[in-house]
Amino acid sequence: MTAAVRVFFVGGAISYRALFNWIRPGIYVTTMLGSPLFQILFFTYLGRYTHSENESFFVVGNAVQVSSMSAIYGMTMGIANERQFGTLQPLLATPANRLAVFSGRALPFVANGLFVSAFGFAVGRVFLHFHPAGRTLPMLALVVLVTTWSCTAFGLLIGSIGLHARDVFFAANLVYFLMLLVCGVNVANGDLPGWLATIGRGLPLTHGIEAARRIAAGAALGDVSRMVVVEALIGLAYGVAAYGLFRLFEAEGRRRASLETF
Amino acid sequence: MIRLFYAGWLFHLKNLTNSTFFLLIAVLQPVIFASIAFFMFKSGSRGGTLLYAALGAGLMGSWSSTLFGSGGAIQWQRWQGTLEILIAAPAPFLIVLVPLTLATSSIGLYSICATLLWGRLFFGVPLHFVHPFQLAVALPTTVVSLGLMGLLLASTFVLYRHASAFSNLLEYPVWLVTGLLVPLSLLPGWVSWIAWTLAPSWGIRAIRDGAFGGSSAWPEVGMCAALGVAYLVLGSLFLHNFERLARQRATLALT
Repeated sequence: MTAAVRVFFVGGAISYRALFNWIRPGIYVTTMLGSPLFQILFFTYLGRYTHSENESFFVVGNAVQVSSMSAIYGMTMGIANERQFGTLQPLLATPANRLAVFSGRALPFVANGLFVSAFGFAVGRVFLHFHPAGRTLPMLALVVLVTTWSCTAFGLLIGSIGLHARDVFFAANLVYFLMLLVCGVNVANGDLPGWLATIGRGLPLTHGIEAARRIAAGAALGDVSRMVVVEALIGLAYGVAAYGLFRLFEAEGRRRASLETF
Repeated sequence: MIRLFYAGWLFHLKNLTNSTFFLLIAVLQPVIFASIAFFMFKSGSRGGTLLYAALGAGLMGSWSSTLFGSGGAIQWQRWQGTLEILIAAPAPFLIVLVPLTLATSSIGLYSICATLLWGRLFFGVPLHFVHPFQLAVALPTTVVSLGLMGLLLASTFVLYRHASAFSNLLEYPVWLVTGLLVPLSLLPGWVSWIAWTLAPSWGIRAIRDGAFGGSSAWPEVGMCAALGVAYLVLGSLFLHNFERLARQRATLALT
């Protein structure tokens, strides 16, 4: 195993265990599973009352969206907590491959997001009238995987900003709530004003949720391939931007000797 | 005592108003949730109920600020190292803590103002209230009962090490079971029994009666006030118990 690959996998796993504040079972169950459970129930019942869309619309939208909890908050913690916990300087003093250090952190959060999303779909299956055909499940899993990856890349971007900003969790919270509004989670993109819909189309989740809804309704993977590719490309763009910011703030922090100052 | 109460409330109100986290949950989050509700109501051709959505989303924000502010109130004092000083002070700890929990619910008024203003400016929500006086009484009664509910949360959450995670868990369920946006008639029958014990469910009914008319808000205002008194009694009992155990076991400052 080369050093970069080891840093990618082992470093990623260690940073997940060290920096993800919600890893303790008591917090994980209440925050990562309990909160999504009630979020899905809340919006589905609200949807029933407003008659805005069918039940499956809300189950799929929210079950995919809850994966971003791990992606946005987790990834923000996974990067920005290095600075909060005072470990950023030793980390950046090592000769480790920066791309491996940076991208290895994403892997556990992608897996985590996938798990939370699967739990969300199970909630829809058990408590609500959501019964997708068995053959759609692998395709749904693929779409959720791509969407979670895309959200994680976006979380990497916010985490990178956390290497410089004073209060990055404010941004993470705000982004998370805004995604509920503009990414077609509970309001169809077509029902939003044009400018909000445009913002939504530039964010992760939007295309992934749309693809997941169509697959749950019976479409084949080929029918939604374009959306899945767009979702992946959006994630790639945010990932590249995040890495660029990470290197920029590292260089800036070294130059100004301000790596861990607030 | 009144001076201490007022000074504590004002201090915590200013303190919370300066916090970006509370700005987020008391102003921005309710506005975002109100927008989601507005679009959903419009999309479902329930445009006439936008004021209903604005009031519900506003009270959702009030619950969030109370939940996050009061739920971790004692823990925060512990982390900041001020708990021992407050307990050792000659004033009863209850009189020190209640202004804090009332301040967390008071900034919930920002939520209601924000969602009403947002609805008026961007969604054309008509701000016409049928019984303004009843509404003017229902709002502060709801805020005070929420604050006293916050006292109960503060005195019980302190027993749970990860109170903040518990707060994360309780946000959506209370929004749901108190009927802030979703009528209780859509939920299973047993939910109504839970709603009976929660002040926000009576508060939102009183506020809606004041805003839309139909029936008098006074019975709901009375229930809200009665629940507030019950929370105060229970909260003071739990708080007394916590203080006694923490002194006995020397665990006051342990985080």
